[in-house]
Amino acid sequence: MQQDVPLTWYLLLSAALFCLGIVGFLLKRNIITVFMSIELMLNAVNLSFVTFAHQWHAVKGQIFVFFVMMVAAAEAAVGLAIIIAVFRVRNTLSVDRIDLMKL
Amino acid sequence: MHLIIFIVFAACCLAGAINLLLQTHPINSALSLIVVMTSLAVLYLLLGAEFLAIAQIIVYAGAIMVLFVFVVMLLNAGREERTLGSRAARIVGLPAVVVLLALFATIILHVNGLGASSASQPITDTAELSAVLFRDLLLPFEVTSVLILIAILGAVALARLGHGDRTVSK
Repeated sequence: MQQDVPLTWYLLLSAALFCLGIVGFLLKRNIITVFMSIELMLNAVNLSFVTFAHQWHAVKGQIFVFFVMMVAAAEAAVGLAIIIAVFRVRNTLSVDRIDLMKL
Repeated sequence: MHLIIFIVFAACCLAGAINLLLQTHPINSALSLIVVMTSLAVLYLLLGAEFLAIAQIIVYAGAIMVLFVFVVMLLNAGREERTLGSRAARIVGLPAVVVLLALFATIILHVNGLGASSASQPITDTAELSAVLFRDLLLPFEVTSVLILIAILGAVALARLGHGDRTVSK
């Protein structure tokens, strides 16, 4: 029993995950969860990278995903440090109360 | 078999992502994000990227999510209150997301020439990948290690108590 999965499905899944990440970014009120939504969007983009690497048998596409992972790790470390610094000053995690730079 | 595995783990992915949005406690959101990342690792394996599947589990589900869970515990994050965001986010943002998703779906469904992933196709083994990574792309790889080092230093510098913070906390 050998069935093939069309690559279109992977790309559609990637688009759906990306849009769910945007919805989370817009709706969530906790700064840590907002940050998690950004990670979800990065993962969705990674999935489409791997899909296209599979389509064209390109190893460099997979290496691009590797670099994205490394940058995401660096970003998570710095971002969470910023969140800790913000929490220490403002004593809240709600993005509604961290709105000093909002128009 | 291939199709069944894809459907099961794609459903896990979407369910985890939706659960991330529905949960009010950050720790539950973090756990559902781990589900999403682990399912994505299986999908990478289906696409023949064995190294990335393992790296996804180690780097994302391991390192990054442990960092998230640790910060949630450290800051003692409680339930978030639901205010449904600003008006602009609701009025402009959500329809824009729907339009974006429709746009993506239309483009993807109109692309011709996309193949299919099947179990018979060869997987990219780690030797092949590392040959490219350490021969052709050695400089970007080394630059990434410098980036990680700078990120560690930046994280330590940001998270430790500075002079300004001490006056605020008193």
